[in-house]
Amino acid sequence: MTEPGAFFLGAVLTIPVVGAAVLALLPDDRTAARLNALAAFLTFVSAAVLFVERPSAGRYLIVDDLNVVFIVLSTFVGFTTSVFSGSYIAHELETGRLTPAYLRFYHAMYQALMFGMNLALLANNVGLMWVAVELATLTTVLMVGIYRTPAALEAAWKYFLLGSVGIALALFGTILVYLAAHESVGEGLDAMAWNVLVDKAAAFDPALLNLAFVFLLLGYGTKVGLVPLHAWLPDAHAEGPTPISAVLSGLLLNVALFAVLRFKTIMSANPAALAPGPLMVSLGLLSVVFASFMLYRRHDIKRMFAYSSIEHMGIITFAFGMGGPLANFAGLLHMTLHSLTKSAIFFCVGHIAQVKGTQRMSEIRGLTVSHPMLGWGLTLGVVAIVGLPPMGIFMSEFLIVTSTFARQPVLAIILGLSILVALGALLMHLNGLAFGEPYGSNAPSKASYVPVFAHLALVFAAGIWLPPALVAWFQHVAALLN
Amino acid sequence: MNQLALDVAHLFAGGLVLVSFMLLYQDRLTGIVNNFALHALVVSLSVAWQAYIQQAPHLYITAAIALIVKAVVIPVALHRIIVRLGIHRTIEPVVGIGLTMLAGIGLVALSIMVMLPITAAAGTLAREDLAFALSVVLLGLLMMISRRNAVSQVIGFMSIENGLILAATGAKGMPLVVEISVAFSILIALIVIGVFLFRIRERFDTVDIHALHEHRGGRP
Amino acid sequence: MAIALDAAVQLVQLALVLALAPLLTGLVRRLKAHMLRRQGPPLVQPYRDLLRLLRKEVVLAHSASWLFRVTPYLVFATTWVAAALVPTFAAGLVFSHAADMIAIVALLGSARFLLALAGLDVGTSFGGIGSSREMMIASLAEPAMLMVVFTLSLLAGSTQLSSIAASMQGSGVGLRVSLALALVGLIMVAIAENARIPVDNPATHLELTMVHEAMILEYSGRHLALIEAASHLKLLLYLSVIVCVFFPWGIAVSGQGLAAYFTGLAVYVLKLAAGGFLLAVFETAIAKMRVFRVPDFLGAALMLGFLATLLLFVSRVA
Repeated sequence: MTEPGAFFLGAVLTIPVVGAAVLALLPDDRTAARLNALAAFLTFVSAAVLFVERPSAGRYLIVDDLNVVFIVLSTFVGFTTSVFSGSYIAHELETGRLTPAYLRFYHAMYQALMFGMNLALLANNVGLMWVAVELATLTTVLMVGIYRTPAALEAAWKYFLLGSVGIALALFGTILVYLAAHESVGEGLDAMAWNVLVDKAAAFDPALLNLAFVFLLLGYGTKVGLVPLHAWLPDAHAEGPTPISAVLSGLLLNVALFAVLRFKTIMSANPAALAPGPLMVSLGLLSVVFASFMLYRRHDIKRMFAYSSIEHMGIITFAFGMGGPLANFAGLLHMTLHSLTKSAIFFCVGHIAQVKGTQRMSEIRGLTVSHPMLGWGLTLGVVAIVGLPPMGIFMSEFLIVTSTFARQPVLAIILGLSILVALGALLMHLNGLAFGEPYGSNAPSKASYVPVFAHLALVFAAGIWLPPALVAWFQHVAALLN
Repeated sequence: MNQLALDVAHLFAGGLVLVSFMLLYQDRLTGIVNNFALHALVVSLSVAWQAYIQQAPHLYITAAIALIVKAVVIPVALHRIIVRLGIHRTIEPVVGIGLTMLAGIGLVALSIMVMLPITAAAGTLAREDLAFALSVVLLGLLMMISRRNAVSQVIGFMSIENGLILAATGAKGMPLVVEISVAFSILIALIVIGVFLFRIRERFDTVDIHALHEHRGGRP
Repeated sequence: MAIALDAAVQLVQLALVLALAPLLTGLVRRLKAHMLRRQGPPLVQPYRDLLRLLRKEVVLAHSASWLFRVTPYLVFATTWVAAALVPTFAAGLVFSHAADMIAIVALLGSARFLLALAGLDVGTSFGGIGSSREMMIASLAEPAMLMVVFTLSLLAGSTQLSSIAASMQGSGVGLRVSLALALVGLIMVAIAENARIPVDNPATHLELTMVHEAMILEYSGRHLALIEAASHLKLLLYLSVIVCVFFPWGIAVSGQGLAAYFTGLAVYVLKLAAGGFLLAVFETAIAKMRVFRVPDFLGAALMLGFLATLLLFVSRVA
């Protein structure tokens, strides 16, 4: 008699696979979009059940404290993005930017991406997680290049090369972790299971573990978009279809950071190993400073928000690098809220770009007048992402800065200043985008606004009141991370 | 483990580093692809030998996969792609071959210096394999950096994967799941690569990366 | 008595290398000719050439300085000494503690230096070309040679040829990548230093292909004889080094008695013949490289030397 949890665990993984297979064959685009959304919804429901009914850890899959909220978040954002994708793709078909054949490919790859990410989050085997991350990368590479313009091909090629190099380095790090654990844990599949590794981490070879972490941070860090390994990120966001930008920013970056976090727990459990903190702090801080300055001179709207993603991933990495219960808690909260906010922003941006027919910010003006829903949605989203109260990100950023100030005032000042710099840049651009005289096409948008406002509502609610269960869970995981 | 077994393993791994160097100075596309086939062959021999001395029969499967997929199928496919793209006569100007070689030697020295002290507790075989594997990975990275042609960069990436296979087999007891998965990912990657090469060719009539760079999506 | 025997053996070695060197060159030439389906000159032709040259009159250019006249003697002397130091049929001879690989490299280097100067001395353009090309080759070949020496001495724990040979004969060495790489590197250096195809063509006097021949173009008479003898000796030396280090079986050690020496001698002659044969085959089989590709060739030898040394470290630290 299999436990119900195991059934839903299987469902979270099987539904996307089945969905991908079906969608690859389905010729009708309207049905395909609906089926895509349905598959994503069912996956989300299964994941939500996992929150309540947790199956016991298996050899290959595990649902533990660290990944349970991420899996729910991932499937939720996957669902809302699929809804957004439906209306977005309909418009792309109309304008002829995409042909029906490509649509089958797109939908199948979308579900394959969901599968890859879910597998990465749920994997109990270090190697399996690596394979899942590589699968997710490959599917997004294919989708980034789907428009087949020269710029899109360049972006996809760069993403592919950099992503592959990162993946290769991450695999080397994984092998080194296995070797470090070899003495204590032995051989076979169990030697690669997360729960086993974390348990015995204190006995691992510290020197090997140090080198392994360097490789893992560089490898998975490339996929997180940490400076200086970020070169693929702006192009991939700008040139791919917007649902993919939303999923990249909102989910894939999180999954990569999740992988780094898993390894960080192993490192932290070993007292003789190098403290992973300083490395993460420096990379994170570098990303924040670099990205916040780069925000000023952007001309392409999606590229600008891509740099914003780099900045926020930098903040999160910084927070986890600083460590300690408060910073870890804030980091986890920030990961969740950034995911929701950034995807909401990209939902708006996608429709804006379609309606105005361009991604250049100089040609998009006065949105609140010409397209009020989109304009105010974007405004709210930007207000949320820069960290203004009462949106949730204000709280997480505040927590990070204050907890850092208590320990490393200089770093906190740098971080705070960079956040302010980014705030200034984004608000300045927002001013031009949302307010003032409308410019460009006034065609009405057939967007679905529900995803946008659902996300923003959640972020707003989080800024005011976090459910105690959630707080308790975050705190528990924060304690695990140190 | 007796000395001869160690020596032969050492021979194969060192040979792999040597073939990586040979990859670095090839300037003809067909030469690069053939050299890569040799690279994959040496890797599969090395893995087969590891399977023999570690008495780990599942590694024979990995060796077979490396041999069939990477030493036969992929080079043949690449040759076809190259001929179809019409670039089989290209002689790539490999700039600064002397400097590249010196940098390669530096990287090998670096990886030996880094890996050997760290792995002091592990067995001799694992240590040597890891040091050589890291060298091959770094040499593959060097090849990717120093090349303009998309096919050469892809070959550089695949030589990195070969180095990783060497590392994975040197680490005793890594389960088969990982190895099959790695091979699977490589296959998918090749499909992607092939698709890309065609798309790039369609758009640009060339596989020169620098031609792509003009289209670096709007610098700001 | 033992000392006297050792000294006698050393003198025999000195005379032996001088006697065998032209024979080796004659063998290589004859074999090449046979492979090209020609009769070829008789095996003893180099001896006849040397004798003929010795009897001829020396013709000096007006602009030749004292250096030009002295160089052939110096070159011959240094090369002969270097060749005599390499253990051929017996190791551990009287001068063996001086038979340091680095000393041999230095002796050959000084010979090359003098020859290059002599090529420049007369002021002709051919001499200039030869000297500059020779220096270009040397600037790459010498580091490659030294890397090979380092590899071998790291393995053997000493730079003395006798010790290296002894340790190679021992069982502690095993199958090593580094040795294979060092062997290939040494062969490449030997080909470059001895002006053999593919680096230089010893049989022609065309500008395109001259390196060694260009430097000595102005020499005649006994000077030319000495320089020719020196180049024969150089070929013998490199072959002896390769044979002594990498195929050391059969070398007699001091104190083993007369029979061992004779066996060693016979084995040595056989090894030389085999080496000559392989050289002839190799030269016939491939074409000469263009001069600007020689640095690539020697660069590869240098890389092999580096790699051989590096790979040794992998297992040394173990």
